[in-house]
Amino acid sequence: MGKVIVVTSGKGGVGKTTSTAALGAALAQRNERVVVVDFDVGLRNLDLVMGAERRVVYDLINVIQGEAKLSQALIRDKRLETLFLLPASQTRDKDNLTPEGVERVITELKRVFDWVICDSPAGIESGATLAMRHADMAVVVTNPEVSSVRDSDRIIGLLDSKTMKAERGERMEKHLLLTRYDANRAERGDMLKVEDVLEILSIPLLGIIPESMDVLRASNIGSPVTLADARSAPAMAYFDAARRLAGEVLPITIPGEKRGIFGKIFARRAA
Amino acid sequence: MTKMLTDARSIRIKGRSFLAVVLAPDLPFDDWLVRLDDLAARSAGFFLGRPVVLDVTDLPIDRAQLKDLIAELAGRNVNIMGIEGGRPSILGPGMPPALKGGRPVSDEAVTKEPIIELRNGEPKPVAPEVRSALQSMVIREPVRSGQSVIFPEGDVTIIGSVASGAEIIAGGSVHIYGTLRGRAMAGSLGNASARIFCRKLEAELVAIDGIYKMAEDMAPGLRGQSVQLWLEGDSIIAEKLI
Ligand SMILES: Nc1ncnc2c1ncn2[C@@H]1O[C@H](COP(=O)(O)OP(=O)(O)OP(=O)(O)O)[C@@H](O)[C@H]1O
Ligand SMILES: [Mg+2]
Repeated sequence: MGKVIVVTSGKGGVGKTTSTAALGAALAQRNERVVVVDFDVGLRNLDLVMGAERRVVYDLINVIQGEAKLSQALIRDKRLETLFLLPASQTRDKDNLTPEGVERVITELKRVFDWVICDSPAGIESGATLAMRHADMAVVVTNPEVSSVRDSDRIIGLLDSKTMKAERGERMEKHLLLTRYDANRAERGDMLKVEDVLEILSIPLLGIIPESMDVLRASNIGSPVTLADARSAPAMAYFDAARRLAGEVLPITIPGEKRGIFGKIFARRAA
Repeated sequence: MTKMLTDARSIRIKGRSFLAVVLAPDLPFDDWLVRLDDLAARSAGFFLGRPVVLDVTDLPIDRAQLKDLIAELAGRNVNIMGIEGGRPSILGPGMPPALKGGRPVSDEAVTKEPIIELRNGEPKPVAPEVRSALQSMVIREPVRSGQSVIFPEGDVTIIGSVASGAEIIAGGSVHIYGTLRGRAMAGSLGNASARIFCRKLEAELVAIDGIYKMAEDMAPGLRGQSVQLWLEGDSIIAEKLI
């Protein structure tokens, strides 16, 4: 059985879709079977970041409504044969995303894939709660600023109350992915410190992704950053985060700071 | 024509208790409203979605004055669900109903489940651990933004932090083994001896027995400190814990 991950944040525009694509492509490069699922009905983006927008025929809603088979809606990546996309509908009403339908699709995907990564829409409405509903673990994407941190805190509360895992009385595994981290702004004190974000959210750190033009360049050519430029700083941070998701224990470095000093502290917390 | 009873099912009537915020205005109302606006401005959404009861016991006002006050409150999105202590002559049609018998703690509380109410319809976030005759509640994880823990029956202990935008409302004292960034209200049903303790004070609001203090009213030296707060007369006293 595959693992279901929800990539979520509460706040919009913090890097959920970017992270879904980057982590998906990183895990697929380890030869594991990965599907990335776009839950952002009406505002789909994942197809663009994956460079598959012209190959979408059927989507998640079609499958839920019984208008297409799952195998017809899945799009295989042209570069990585273990990476698939299940796109969202851009035109249909998001009310078509029913709890029963989502459950059926996720159950089917889990049988075929090692990783099912769900790209959540922003907000705390039904789209976001459905995306997290069947997750085994959550990647909480947060930018180092107060509003993003507070929204993430709110989302963590929902992860602990509105998911199947929570309702069964189990613990949802939650990981913090700090994105758009700008070393220069951190130096000037214009951003929340990593320690402060960790202290407020008190969940383990999965990785710190630097703010970088490489992310924009990759999405402009329709490629996850971990495929477009594997040696770039954000790609390397995403590769490490993917290894941690898969259970490896690695030290974490804060971009712009010397390796090792903080690494030791956070490696322990992330484990 | 007589109405026929076609459906044999009986109507289910259930009793349910809610924790209401009681506002006790004093005269002149204009001054009181200014203070209310001040509280609302500094604590956005304080009354939103809460049942509010107006306590007019011993106020020498007539029906027109009461009506005006209710209209003023409605204009501030404070909707009154009932009036306590109003003489029959000032109540009447078109007014919220008279409420009697408000109790600091309900009699059934001892046999009932403790209340954890989460606004916004979320199910309970955390499994409360209830001990000795429901006089205390222990929560072993952080209370997240948007969550409210409401426990009129006694003390609340949080092993973890209380986030900005979260709130703890206890009939007794509030103990927080973590950082208090949100709101804590102790003695919420009228208990002046209740206290608030926290390992690190970054609170948006603290209240004891209805007396409140906002972040900006607190001495700057207390921020970030281990603090206990209690009531002396009508003022909240804070002291560093060592
Ligand atoms: N590390 C980064 N460095 C620079 N730009 C980034 C980084 N991560 C994301 N971005 C940019 O931020 C914008 C928002 O990213 P993205 O679409 O992934 O966010 P999202 O959380 O999915 O947004 P939404 O809530 O709208 O779905 C995009 O333009 C993306 O290219
Ligand atoms: Mg997105």
